[in-house]
Order: sequence, then C-alpha cells, then structure tokens
Amino acid sequence: MPPAFAETVPAAGALSLLPDDELELLLLIRHFELELLDLYGRGELNGTTHTCLGQEYIPVAVSGLLRDGDFVLSNHRGHGHYLARYRDPHGLLAEIMGREGAICAGVGGSQHIGREGYLSTGIQGESLPVAAGIALHLKRTRPGAVACVYIGDGSWGEGAVYEALNLASLWRLPLLVVVENNGIAQSTPTSRQLAGTIAGRAAAFGLRHLGIGSLDVTGIRAALAPALALVRLGEPLVAEFAAHRLGPHSKGDDTRSAPEIEHARAHDWYQRYADEHPQQFARFDAAQRERVRAVVAEVSARPPSTWDGS
Amino acid sequence: MRVAENLNAALHAVLAADPGAHLLGEDIADPYGGAFKITRGLSERYPDRVLTTPISEAGITGVACGLALCGDAAIVEMMFGDFVALAFDPLVNLAAKSVSMYGARRPVRLVVRCPSGGGRGYGPTHSQSLMKHFLGVPGLSVYELSPFHDCLGVFEEMLALGEPCLFAEDKVTYTRPMFPDVAPFRLDYDGGVARVFLDERPDCVIIAPGGIAHRALEAMRSLLVEEEISSMLMIPSRLYPVAVEAAAVERTGAEFVFVAEESTAGGTWGAEVAHRLHARLWGRLRRPVTLIHALDSVIPTAPHLEREVLPQATTIHRQVLEALRD
Repeated sequence: MPPAFAETVPAAGALSLLPDDELELLLLIRHFELELLDLYGRGELNGTTHTCLGQEYIPVAVSGLLRDGDFVLSNHRGHGHYLARYRDPHGLLAEIMGREGAICAGVGGSQHIGREGYLSTGIQGESLPVAAGIALHLKRTRPGAVACVYIGDGSWGEGAVYEALNLASLWRLPLLVVVENNGIAQSTPTSRQLAGTIAGRAAAFGLRHLGIGSLDVTGIRAALAPALALVRLGEPLVAEFAAHRLGPHSKGDDTRSAPEIEHARAHDWYQRYADEHPQQFARFDAAQRERVRAVVAEVSARPPSTWDGS
Repeated sequence: MRVAENLNAALHAVLAADPGAHLLGEDIADPYGGAFKITRGLSERYPDRVLTTPISEAGITGVACGLALCGDAAIVEMMFGDFVALAFDPLVNLAAKSVSMYGARRPVRLVVRCPSGGGRGYGPTHSQSLMKHFLGVPGLSVYELSPFHDCLGVFEEMLALGEPCLFAEDKVTYTRPMFPDVAPFRLDYDGGVARVFLDERPDCVIIAPGGIAHRALEAMRSLLVEEEISSMLMIPSRLYPVAVEAAAVERTGAEFVFVAEESTAGGTWGAEVAHRLHARLWGRLRRPVTLIHALDSVIPTAPHLEREVLPQATTIHRQVLEALRD
C-alpha cells in the first residue's frame, strides 16, 4: 500500500474543477496508456512498457510548476512525465513503435527518452546522481532553475540514490526529487523492500520532505509551490506522493491481491473526477480517447524510423 | 619535468581554458591535493569547479555525467583505479550510451582518471589495471598516461572526442621523467603512437602502453647488448579503439610481435591488439603475437610476491628471447 499521508482518501468533492486544458492533459495521458496496453495486447508493440495508469495527476501537477529552463529526469514509468512536459503523443508513440518522427529515432524506446531539458533512463537510481550534476550545472549557469527527477519507491534500494542525496544536501543543489510511492516495486510490496520511511531517509540527510496524499492537481500545486520556491534557492526537496498504480508493472504481471487493487481503484482520480464534474468530464473524455486513437492510426501508418548510427 | 607535474599542468590548462570544466574527486582539494598530489593547486585557483567529494565513486561519476550532458567538460579522479568498479554503471550504462541512445549524437565530454597498476605494495584492491573491463563499450574510449605523450595534448584529444574516456594512469609513472632518455635508441611518432627504435627493420616489435613502457625499454637495452636482438617499441596513448595500426607493424617487417601490459591474464587488451594484427599479418609472423601480462592472480602486497605476479623488464626480456630462439 502507498503511505497514508493526509488526504489520501479524498472526500466527495475533493477534486477541484480544473481548467479545460489541464483536464485534457490528464485524459490524454490516461488514454495514451490505455491504447498502449491495447496495442501490446494485439501484438503490435515490441519489447515492454510500463504505464502510469492512476498516477497521471502527479506529472500534471508538477509540470504546471516547472519552467522552460528547468530540467526533468524520468524513469521507466515515464510516459506521463514526458506528455505532461511536451504534450507530444505523436513523438512518444513513434518512439515506442520505432516509427518516423520518433523522439530518439526509435533507439531509446519507452525507457530512454532525451530532449533538450529532458532525459530518462531505465536503470533504477542511476538518474539521481545525474540529476545532482545537472542541478550543479544549473546552479552555476542558470540560477533559479531546478533539476526535477522522478523516481519510485523501489529506487530507494539503490545506493546511488543516497550518494546523490548526500551531495545535494551538502552542495545545496536545486534538486527536486519527486517520489511516486505506489506501494509496490514491480511485484514486491514496499513493506517487504523498504525499512523505515522515505521521510526518515530524507531527514537523515538534512533534506526537506513533503508528503502528498492528495489527488487534486490544484491542491497539490498549492502545497508544492512554496516548497519548490525554496528548491530554486538551493534547498533540495523530496516530494513524496502516495501514488496509486492501477495497472500491472508492465503488461500482464500484476500479482497484487484483490483488496490491494481495489484500494488503488478507489483512489483513481479518473473515476472521481467523472463523478464530481460529470459535464466537463464528458465533454473531454471521449474527445481525448478519439484523439489518441487518431494518433495511433496516424503513427502506425508511418514508415519505420531511421537512425544514422552511433 | 616529472609525469605528475605534466599531468598537473595539463589539468590546470584545461580548467583555465574552459570556464565550464569541472574536476571532481575524493580528497582532491588543497592543501592535500589528492592521494597522489596530481590535483595540487587546482582547488585554490578554481574553488567552484574543483570539488572534493564524499567517498561516492558512483555518485560523483553520475554527477560528472550530468555536467557533461549539460555541455560542461567533466573530469573525475578515482583515488585508485580499482574503485572505478563502483562507477561501472554510470560510466557504461549512462555516460557511454548517452552519446548515441537518444537518437542523435550527444557530446559527452567526460574523463575518468584511474591511478592504476602495482609495484608499490598497495595489495590486491589498490594495484589493479582494470582497463580490459572497459574495452568494447560503444561510446567509451580508453587511454593510458604515457611519459612519451604530453598530457595536455592527450586531454585535449579526449575532450574533443565528445565521448567519455577512461584514462589509466600507472602510478609508477608519476615520479618518472617526461620524455625520458631512450639512448641508444631514438624516438619518433607515427600518429598517436610513440616509436622507440634503432633500426626501421627490427627483429621484433613490442607494443606497450605508457605504464609499462620503461620496463619494455629496459628489456630492449638488455636484449640488444646481451643478445644482439633489435626491437622497436610502440607506445600508443589510446588503447581502445586500438590505435596501433597493423599496417604500421607490417611496415617494420618484424616477424615477432609482443604486447606487454600489466593486466592480469585473460580477456586482455593485448588479446584485442593481437586479434587485429593477426587479421592482417597472419602467415607473415613466425608465431602468433605473444601476450605478456601479469599472472592469473590477485596482486600480492609483499614485494617479493608482487614482483612474481607482475611483468618486469626481465619478464619481457625472457619472453622475447624465448620466442626468437624457439
């Protein structure tokens, strides 16, 4: 189970009405991930993928606070991080499918995406020291900019994470660590792989920690904005979200119990938002589903990507 | 000038010339200046860019990779090259791959300096030459410190590559002179390869990186004086991709070729060099390229035991003699 921060269980009406484009972005990510699983099911995708179903609100909330000059580092479960920053479903799907117009010519695939100001890699914990290095660069060359790195609860088993946290604290780096703690590392419950708490680990390095249980984009931003303002001044932060992974780790590998999956479903922003703001939801949900289907049709018909080698 | 001073001067020059260049490592700040004093004077002159770090080889290599991905030149000092094993992941899985895995070529100007080699009694975990583990990694080049190659030139070359480089520094070379007297031989250069020889048509060619070059030179002298065997020594600055051209070896007409290095046996750099030479020189050599290296053993601490494991000048002399007299 994810950590029980305040507001983990949203009361009725707890999700505030979002501007249309914010809702569209949430729905874009949701339908993108659903379409991916469908493509896999039909055998039309190569390799593997890790969807962020249920966690879409986190990158949407965080991205709304980031600036162009900030740098984002993502992980294996990164489609939402990318779409929230660039709103580019064509480029991402082309990358995943190895089609023309792919962000990285189809070399990186789902887990290795690089753009100006954005980088993801598939190795757990590896990105934290890199993010610290990028933060060190930004501190010298672009004061006020931050490096924002998304990791999961499972990454906290990696030693490199602690080397980076130590450096970030020592050197006062503008580093925002966004932890999507969905309570399960692939198939291993957090209770079986993480002693103590992430908050306690942050405290051990003298780092600020903010626990966020809310599913509400507006509320999350209100809580995170002042903390992020201090990151920009060189006070690194661990922002830990109680996240809810609706889907399997990758494709069909969900070994959680029925109550655990039910707990995740009960915290799905999608259903809650549909219930609380039915009119607005209805206006955009089907439209985004259709939009993504059109993207799938268009990108699927493209020729294979070309790569001019190393 | 000693090799250590030349290396120190090169680092000063790199940091002076490039306002984005960084140097990171453990205990590198003044007045200590690094375990081998290579970074002396740098942190006082460039306090914001010469950063002494916690004992975190993976972390600081990752930090350097982050700097390099932002366009900065980044140099990491491993206190002992053995510790680069702790940085294998950021170096191999991120720094080297970032050059190409994001679809278009990205410059990653990163040099990881690795004080390597034995002969100083530091024992099994502080004496290794681990370069062989970094061969054949796409996007990663391997160089070795050499008294015959000016360090600034080598650093400029490595940073201009736009790919991460592992730079092995045999610790015993630090206190040796730059451009040592090679009498009775002469020294010239063929591209990045230094050549020490008497005769353009020697009996044999010995290929050896900078760290073992003085032992090879000593063997060449004793082979000449005692056995009238004429050798040519080829000392490449870049180990991988292999800089010694088979054609250059072929031009010497030598029928015996040796590769000397301090790596332990098995999967060596020499095996890679030999393979490349065999592809061109097969049938023209009197016997396969002879690999001279340390034994298949941990490197002991006690001097008499360490000497038995590591290749000495006498080892090279003996191996050459055995091959030619066979």
